[in-house]
Amino acid sequence: MAYNLKEIMERPDRLNGGHRMCAGCGAPPVVRSVLRAIKPEDEAVIGAATGCLEVSTFIYPYTAWKDSFIHTAFENAGATVSGAEAAYVALKRKGKIDDTYKFIAFGGDGGTYDIGLQSLSGAMERGHDMVYVCYDNEAYMNTGIQRSSSTPKFCDTTTSPQGTVIPGKSQFKKDLTGVMAAHGIPYVAQTTLTQNFKDIHEKSEKAIYTKGPAFLNILAPCPRGWRYETPDLMNICKLAMDTCIWPLYEVENGVWKLNYKPKKKLPVSDYLEPQGRFKHLFKKGNEHLIEEIQKDVDRKWEDLLKKCGETV
Amino acid sequence: MAIRERLSGNEAIAVAMKQINPDVVAAFPITPSTEIPQYFSQFVSNGAVETEFVAVESEHSAMSACIGAQAAGGRTMTATSANGLALMWEMLYIASASRLPVTMACVNRSLSGPLNIHNDHSDSMGARDSGWIQLYSENNQEAYDNFIQAVRIGEHSDVVLPVMVCQDGFITSHAVENLELLEDEKVKAFVGEYKPEHYLLNSKNPIAVGPLDLPNYFFEHRRQQAQAMINSKNVILEVAKEFEKLTGRKYELFEKYKLDDAEIAIVIINSTAGTAKTVIDELRDKGIKAGLLKIRVFRPFPAEEIAEALKHIKALAVMDKAEGFSAVGGPLFNDIKAALYGVADGIKVVNYIYGLGGRDVKADNIEFVYNELQNILKTGQLGETYRYVGVRE
Repeated sequence: MAYNLKEIMERPDRLNGGHRMCAGCGAPPVVRSVLRAIKPEDEAVIGAATGCLEVSTFIYPYTAWKDSFIHTAFENAGATVSGAEAAYVALKRKGKIDDTYKFIAFGGDGGTYDIGLQSLSGAMERGHDMVYVCYDNEAYMNTGIQRSSSTPKFCDTTTSPQGTVIPGKSQFKKDLTGVMAAHGIPYVAQTTLTQNFKDIHEKSEKAIYTKGPAFLNILAPCPRGWRYETPDLMNICKLAMDTCIWPLYEVENGVWKLNYKPKKKLPVSDYLEPQGRFKHLFKKGNEHLIEEIQKDVDRKWEDLLKKCGETV
Repeated sequence: MAIRERLSGNEAIAVAMKQINPDVVAAFPITPSTEIPQYFSQFVSNGAVETEFVAVESEHSAMSACIGAQAAGGRTMTATSANGLALMWEMLYIASASRLPVTMACVNRSLSGPLNIHNDHSDSMGARDSGWIQLYSENNQEAYDNFIQAVRIGEHSDVVLPVMVCQDGFITSHAVENLELLEDEKVKAFVGEYKPEHYLLNSKNPIAVGPLDLPNYFFEHRRQQAQAMINSKNVILEVAKEFEKLTGRKYELFEKYKLDDAEIAIVIINSTAGTAKTVIDELRDKGIKAGLLKIRVFRPFPAEEIAEALKHIKALAVMDKAEGFSAVGGPLFNDIKAALYGVADGIKVVNYIYGLGGRDVKADNIEFVYNELQNILKTGQLGETYRYVGVRE
C-alpha cells in the first residue's frame, strides 16, 4: 500500500504527550514515528535503556507509554527486551497468549554504540524477533553532553571540550549501522526525520514486520547538546542528509540499498555552521579541520555508493 | 513412590528445572555451574521441556533477560557462579526491586581475584544485601529440594522476590550422590502455574516496569520490598511444611545437629556441615558436648530463632567461608553476633575464616576449632575473636 502521510498521522499516538522531553528534541518524533508503524490492532512491549527518553517518559507514578513498557538499566535494553520476547515465544507455544506482540527496544547512542553494544550484539545474533532502535544524538545527553563513540570528530562536548590545544573530539564517529549490518541480520537501516516521515515510517514498518532481529539507526538531534534553535530540528535533519553526513540506506537480507541521493550534495559546513557544538571550527585558522571532515564524509559516501551499486 | 537416583549437584538442579518446566532459562557458562545450562539445553534439544532457552552473551545479559522474561509473565530461571554473579550485580538489585521472582542456582565459587575456580562463599555473601532470598544446601538432595521450594517461596503473593539457591562448587556440584527425586507430576503440582498479578504481556492491562522513582516514592517502595523479605520467613516455613508432607524431608530456617544439649557449637553454611557432623559424633563419643547450627536461610536472616537456638551455648565458633575485609570478621560472624547481642550476651563467640579458594577443609580443621572452643571454656579467656583456620601464616 502506498504511503499516505495523512492516514499514518491519524493513527493514535502510542507515546502520549505531556512527557518531559525538551522542546526541539528529535527523540519523541522518532519514537512516535517508529511506533506508528505498528498495526493499530497489534500489541507491543517497548523497552528503553536508561537515558533521556526513559527518565522523561516514565517518572513514577506516571507513564507516557500506552503499551507495556520496561526499563531496567543502561547497557541492557537489547537483553531485557530479548528476555520479554523469549517469554512471549514460550507462552505462545504453551497456548497461554493469543495476542500478537511486537518487541521494540530504544536506546540513545551511549546505550547503544558504547555501554549497550554487547547486549545489542547478543540479542541480534540470537535472532529474537525484535527491533532495536538507536535514537542517535551523538553524545551522552542525559548526563550533560559527554562524548560517546558516536560523537563526530572535532565536536565540542563536556568531555571532549574544544580548547586551545585540542579542537574537540579527536576521533571519528563509529559506523554502528555498518557494524550491525555485519551481523547479517535480516534488516538494518539508517534514517532520520525526513520531511514527510515516509522514509522513517517505511523502514520502521519493515523492521517491525520482518521476522527476526532488525536494527534502526535514527539520527535524532538534541537542541541542548547540538546548540541549534529548537524550531530548526527538521532543517538540521535535512542538512545531515543533503551533506551526506547521514545517508539514508538500508540493508535487507545482505542487499545494500541507498534510499536518498541529494540532487546537489551540499558542503559539510552547511550542516556544521548552524550548530554551536561546531562553532569553533569556523574560527580563522581552523579551515583545515572542516576540510578533514569533508574528506572523510566524501570517502564514506563514495564507499556507500559502491556498496549500494550506485554510480559514484 | 520417590525415584532413587545418583546425580551430581548440578545435574540435580538441572533435573529440578526440567521437572518445573519454566518458560525461560537464560544462562551463560561459568565454572562450576556450567553443567546446569548444559544439561538443561539438552532437555530443550530433546523436547523434554517447553522452555525457551536463551544462550546469552554474558551473565549481565542473563539476568537482564531473566528480568525481561519474568516481567513479561514467564517463570524464569538461571544458574551462575562467582564472577558471573558479580557481573549480574547491578541486575540482582533491579530484579528484586522490580519484584520479579526469578529463581537462580548459585554454585558457590571464590570471587576473583586472583582467579580461582574453587569453592568458597565470597560470591553469594557479597550479594547478601541485593534483596534476594538466599537458601543454602549441604548436599545434592538439599540443592534439589531447595530449588523446587524456591519457586513457591519467591512467587508467593506475600513475597514476590527472587530466590537464589546456593550449593558448594565442585564439592556438591560435581560430586555424585544418592538422592531421592520426586515424580515429574508431583513437582508440577507442587510448584503450580505461575500466575503473576501484573505482567507485560497482558493486553487487558498493559503495565510499565522500571520507572525513574524519585524521592517522593522511592523510600516507600524500598520499605515495601523490605516488608516482603520480612514476610518471606513464614512463607519459607509454610512451603517447607508442605514439602515435608510430600517427601518426608523436613526443612526449617536452619538445621540443629546435637545442639540442644551442647556446650560448644559451631555455626556453618553448606557442605562443611557434613564434615562437622562426623567430628561432632566423634567428640560426643568422648563425652564432649559439641553441636552444630547449619544455616539454610541466610536472607532473610532468622536472627531471633538463631539466638533462641544458641542461647544455652557457652562457647561458639562462627565459620565464614568468605572474607569480608571488615578487619573484624566475616559476614556470618557479624550477623550472628548481632543476633545474640542483648539476647544471649554470655556466650563467648569467635570467628573462623576457613576454606577460601577451595582450600580443603578436613575433619582435623573442624576438630581444631572445637578444641579451641574447649580451651576458651577451660580458661575463660576469649582472646582474639577474628581467627583463621587451615591457612599458612
